[in-house]
Amino acid sequence: MSDDNAHDLSDLTHPPHHRAEIVFAVASFLVALLLAALWSTETRWIDGQPWSRQPGLWPLIAVVGMLVFGAGELIACLIRNLRRGGGDVAAELGLWLRAGEYVLWFMAYVLITPRLGYLPTTLVFTTLLAFRLGYRGHVLALAPLMGLLIVVAFKAFLAVRIPGGAVYDLLPQGLRNFLVLYL
Amino acid sequence: MDTFLSALTIVSRWDVIAALIAGSVGGVIIGAIPGVGPAVAIAILLPATFGMEPIVGLTLLLGIYGSALFGGSIPSILINTPGTPVNALTTYDGFPMTKQGQAPRALGLSFGASFFGGIFAVIALVLLSPVLARVAPMFGSREIFLAAFLGCVLVVVAHRGQSLAAGALLMFGLFLNTIGMEANNYTRRFTLDLNFLDQGVNLIVVVLGLFAVSQAFVLLAGKDDMEAAPDIKGNVLGGVLEVFRHKRVATAGSLSGTIMGIIPGVGEFTSQFLSYSYARATSKAPGLFGKGSPEGLVASESANNSVPPAAMVPLLALGIPGEALTAMMLSVFYVHNVIPGPTLFRDHMDFVMALYICLALLNILALAFLLVATRPLLRVLVIPNRFLGMMILTLSFVGIYSLRNSAIDCMLAAAFGLLGVVLKRLNLPLVPIILGMVLGGIMEEKFRTSLPRIRSLYNWIDRPVAMVIFCLICIVLALHLWGLWRDWKGKRDGSVEH
Repeated sequence: MSDDNAHDLSDLTHPPHHRAEIVFAVASFLVALLLAALWSTETRWIDGQPWSRQPGLWPLIAVVGMLVFGAGELIACLIRNLRRGGGDVAAELGLWLRAGEYVLWFMAYVLITPRLGYLPTTLVFTTLLAFRLGYRGHVLALAPLMGLLIVVAFKAFLAVRIPGGAVYDLLPQGLRNFLVLYL
Repeated sequence: MDTFLSALTIVSRWDVIAALIAGSVGGVIIGAIPGVGPAVAIAILLPATFGMEPIVGLTLLLGIYGSALFGGSIPSILINTPGTPVNALTTYDGFPMTKQGQAPRALGLSFGASFFGGIFAVIALVLLSPVLARVAPMFGSREIFLAAFLGCVLVVVAHRGQSLAAGALLMFGLFLNTIGMEANNYTRRFTLDLNFLDQGVNLIVVVLGLFAVSQAFVLLAGKDDMEAAPDIKGNVLGGVLEVFRHKRVATAGSLSGTIMGIIPGVGEFTSQFLSYSYARATSKAPGLFGKGSPEGLVASESANNSVPPAAMVPLLALGIPGEALTAMMLSVFYVHNVIPGPTLFRDHMDFVMALYICLALLNILALAFLLVATRPLLRVLVIPNRFLGMMILTLSFVGIYSLRNSAIDCMLAAAFGLLGVVLKRLNLPLVPIILGMVLGGIMEEKFRTSLPRIRSLYNWIDRPVAMVIFCLICIVLALHLWGLWRDWKGKRDGSVEH
């Protein structure tokens, strides 16, 4: 939230460069190289078929494009990093890694839902995540309430397809059917 | 007239009206919450709309798309934080006005200019419809291939200073689209012997990962950065009416937004840039721009809000989405086996007209809602960022898992979410990946269907429309190269910073 009085439109048209872009540039170029190396084994070139109808044509265009633009991006990034600063690379990488923790939370949510059921998992997930984020008191209490609202809105009202949990099978038939359909 | 009446019949259905109200009110609220934005909301809601009829689902999504920009101006003006990325320019003049004690006036100007821009674009499109209905059938496979190619070129050159990264990401999107079983020869492409890749990479999974999951990760890994909005005392309506005192600027902004919206791959930022530059160049008080200029506010808001209706033109007329949000909407058409393109304007003009009416109505609803609910709406600004991140992550799960009940889809979305975090943190664009996937698919299909009529390279451009598109591609590339040369020369002379 900058408090500058005067602005320059170039803030919008040329977003600031971060030195950590070099990590992205190197990684994307390496991915392009890897895909180029895999191209002949991962696509087929059918004998007797014109080049324009080959199934491998469009992956080839894409991979060559990634290589060309990726190499350009890598060179441009190196030049920009040599010319001027723009952020601490290690701190930025740390933030990317911090985001990785929430991938684990998300995947745990995904893998537990088919077993425990959508509503119970959501209630547990939102409460535990809110606790992990440091919320206490009324904000912590709001977390499962938010989870409940999401489940009711999407599964009961919008009827999105999320199957019931395996534990629902342990419940009486009527309750089980209700939970499978609505929660 | 019959078409218009038929369109009115469609719009008057209860489910369309409900979608219109939910979309426009929901869009304003979503826009007002910094860190959410229409892309996240549309990505999450997309799978839920697959069960609805196309007109209902599209109305809901269009409502969110169009009215989020209205709401996005509230935090831009009051706390100097754009509600949506598109509202960044609004902070330039909106927040200084708040500091000068003119918050209600700034809000009114912004709502009024947004309304002006939205309605201007809808009227322009209604007037343009007969022309589009005549021109659209002239687009055969070759023309659509070239138009999609033009979209690819534009999305790269529109990211000035980041064209190489945008190009690499566009090509990555194009590559993602090629993964899976190839339909014509039944051969696998880049499946790495993994069975789940036979079906290809699902666009919705990528969209949800890049836009929604990544935003959740960004917010969760960040800090709670809440700022209470200042209390607004005064008349917002006065500001709304004041827009008519700046009608030249509002008209120029709306025109810029309408034109830029129609051109695939360009969008809100370019339209705002042109509109703002024009307003500053022609203003009697250019020194006020960036320090609380009403004209600057009107220029940016009228330009950005006229883009959503205009962005529907290439989607409806040619089946080519110009940016990420219309690319998401394209999937609503595909799910219902309604293929947008030249035949839609010819055979289903009532459907197109119904969408235009909905677009006009959502602007009216959003403005009416804001006039009565701006003050209570300020409460959403105090939702902690990380709590919001948790909400988005929980909602993203519904969107991804309900597609195919697949944990692998969720894993892929999480991977794209991480990629999105990296791109967002580095200020690199996400849109080229989505457009690469969508336009790549269109280009491959149209390239193949064009081939039987192609004898030489010249056959690609020997029809009038194809020739025009080809000339446009050449002009865009020439202008881009000229711009690069000027930048390079400026840097060498020391007159240009970037």
